Amino acid sequence: MANSLIIGQYVPTDSLVHRLDPRTKIIIIFLFVIFIFFANNALSYGWLALFAVASALATKIKLKFIARGLTPVWFLIIFTFILHLFVTREGPVLFEIIGLPIYSGAIIQGFAISLRFFLLILVTSLMTLTTTPIEITDAIESLLHPLKKIKFPVHELALMMSISLRFIPTLMQETEKISKAQASRGVDFKTGPIKDRIHAVVPLLVPLFVSAFKRAEELAMAMEARGYQGGEGRTKLRELTIAKLDWIAFLSFSCVLIGLFLLRQ
Amino acid sequence: MNSDQVEFRNVSFRYNDEQPWVLNNVSFSIKSDEWVAIIGHNGSGKSTIAKLINGLIFPDQGEIFVNGIKVTADTVWDVRKQVGMVFQNPDNQFVGTTVKDDVAFGLENRGVERSEMIKRINASLAAVRMSDYIMHEPHRLSGGQKQRVAIAGVLAVQPHLIILDEATAMLDPKGRTEILTTVYDVKQNHQLNLITITHDLNEIIHADRVIVMNNGEIWTETSPRALFMEEEGLREIGLDIPFIAKLANELNKQSLTLTKQPINQKELLDELWTFHLNK
Amino acid sequence: MDISFKQVSYIYQPNSPFEHQALKEIDFSIKSGTFVAIVGHTGSGKSTLIQHLNGLIRPTKGEINIGDFTLKANEKTANIKDLRRQVGVVFQYPEHQLFEETIEKDIGFGPKNFGVSDEEIKQRIPQVLEAVNLSPELLSRSPFDLSGGQMRRVAIAGVLAMEPRVLVLDEPTAGLDPKGQQEIMDMFKELHTRKQLTTILVTHSMEDALKYADYVIILDHGQKYMEGTPAEVFVQKEALQRVQLDMPEIIQFIQSFEQRFGLTLRYKGQSIEGLAQEINQLLKEEVRADG
Repeated sequence: MANSLIIGQYVPTDSLVHRLDPRTKIIIIFLFVIFIFFANNALSYGWLALFAVASALATKIKLKFIARGLTPVWFLIIFTFILHLFVTREGPVLFEIIGLPIYSGAIIQGFAISLRFFLLILVTSLMTLTTTPIEITDAIESLLHPLKKIKFPVHELALMMSISLRFIPTLMQETEKISKAQASRGVDFKTGPIKDRIHAVVPLLVPLFVSAFKRAEELAMAMEARGYQGGEGRTKLRELTIAKLDWIAFLSFSCVLIGLFLLRQ
Repeated sequence: MNSDQVEFRNVSFRYNDEQPWVLNNVSFSIKSDEWVAIIGHNGSGKSTIAKLINGLIFPDQGEIFVNGIKVTADTVWDVRKQVGMVFQNPDNQFVGTTVKDDVAFGLENRGVERSEMIKRINASLAAVRMSDYIMHEPHRLSGGQKQRVAIAGVLAVQPHLIILDEATAMLDPKGRTEILTTVYDVKQNHQLNLITITHDLNEIIHADRVIVMNNGEIWTETSPRALFMEEEGLREIGLDIPFIAKLANELNKQSLTLTKQPINQKELLDELWTFHLNK
Repeated sequence: MDISFKQVSYIYQPNSPFEHQALKEIDFSIKSGTFVAIVGHTGSGKSTLIQHLNGLIRPTKGEINIGDFTLKANEKTANIKDLRRQVGVVFQYPEHQLFEETIEKDIGFGPKNFGVSDEEIKQRIPQVLEAVNLSPELLSRSPFDLSGGQMRRVAIAGVLAMEPRVLVLDEPTAGLDPKGQQEIMDMFKELHTRKQLTTILVTHSMEDALKYADYVIILDHGQKYMEGTPAEVFVQKEALQRVQLDMPEIIQFIQSFEQRFGLTLRYKGQSIEGLAQEINQLLKEEVRADG
């Protein structure tokens, strides 16, 4: 299941969505997340769903892949639906299930909430599917820039994030290597009672921490040797530029929002 | 003006008061444009020298000068502008998420303009023959390739001095050869000082001079060729000379006297050929 | 223990875009008590191969026999723990696996997992310490206080304390200085002989393969490329060049010498001293014959 979950995965294609400035994507998604709560009838929900599906199509990633990747989320959505079915008590009773009355309002409410939930997840996954983690980091750094005035360590935060991203694969390899070495010394990670298995993690975690600290120390030294002295006076290779395409995206999204307010009751 | 690029004057260093000296009264100097190899067994103090040169640590006694500037806490950023370092572990010095970003790191730190940055990144990646990998992520590169990127990162900031601190120790033979050829090319094509730190005597043959460290002191300072005659002494301090040198020494011992100490296979065969003709 | 690989293939992440065949129809057998060197470039499949030896991974196709144990695709090996006790693996940079508070505990960790009694472990520890040349005074110290070379020795002692019948060594000398390298390799060779082990050494060093191994297997792109005694394998200059491997230096020199002088020298396991004597003699005879 872990492999099929696509949230957080990046899939490279040559779509326009990929080419958008990551800040554009973050802002649009942020607004979408807020304005979805303004939808209050079938038409307005349909309108936002249309936008979400159109965006998904525009990424040029196979819809089947996205749908399959959201499988684990379906359970949550269905669960939400069922919960609402039994809890909401609005409108006339339509029928009963195992003695519990189901109200018409519950079906509508359950449907609306599940749809909202689904759209939120779909749109945010589109963000990570089309934007590399480092682009997201750059975007966050840039969007948080004004906070520098109140001494918020924006540059340090961004650097921390990008270094973490850089070292994820390295530490994954390391974990595999150490777990194999300990398995060769008779540690059993896979069978036995939970208590023993938790115990088996110690010989894995200690070396992993030791090595992570050593790496951090060496990395800090290497960075210093390469002249790193904090964000002051630094230039940047990675540059974010708002292009024509981004303005078009903002314009289109404004139309979506205007449509939303025209269609809602 | 001092023409010495690096100078150590009676330098001693230890990590704390209870521990023995890592370096004990070490003095040497390295001239402009010179390639010096520093060798010694693990723990002989050779890597400490590298860290002292660009002020990652400071001496307890004595003075260090880099291009005429005394290395102190106040001058350390000026010194680091002139010194580029490549460390042992290819993973733990790769800062960027891609090759391009990593080479840019040093340039960004120095506030180099973006357009100039791009020019220098391309040029230095070309110099280490890694241009085809510009967008690659580090985990898709071999150890040797990562080290070449590290060298490119150093070249990009155009230092006067490059220090390779056991840069080949964690590589396979292919990676090691890659780095040695790259370093040789770089030295041929750029005006710079080079310090290579290693325990492998196969890696020192192109150096102009060798400083041999043992237990924190300079054991000897000589040419690679002359050093290869010190087989016994080197073995005692945990070092091993290349096969060709050993064979040459053995031949000499058996009164097949060679006119000079050969440094590679071709030279030894030539020597034997001369011997063969002259008899 | 006798070891045999029959048509062994291994595929990483099959049926995914990342599918990668690491081993392809590997066939060989090793007699108990042999010192085998497995040689090849990074990515040739060496690491994948040795992970089969103690059942860390199972073949995708084919069958492996190690003593009485059998490893097959889709078939769980019953007593895998028993196999792991008998096949000790020293991984690359084994010092990264140290984690206990004291050296004594870390050395005892493997045997303890395999159910060896505390008294027995107490008896084994001085023996393995002596083998790796570490002082017993260190036992109560933390392994993280030691130098890199000493940590390596502790990690190796931890594997030896399991008293394995088969010893698998994945580049055990990487990163050590020349003296450390030689000491470690000499120690393994001595143990191999004294304890009649079957030893499998993965190495990049042709010199070590030539010096320590009875038998050499060369891998290339997941396939077996050559096998034989070092003297058979390492004289085949063209075949080695095709997979970008070097000959050991002594053989390289002998072949160049023969070519240059048109004389026969032949590699027959001679020492450098022996080789120097032969050259001396050959050249002096030549001179006499010419004169």
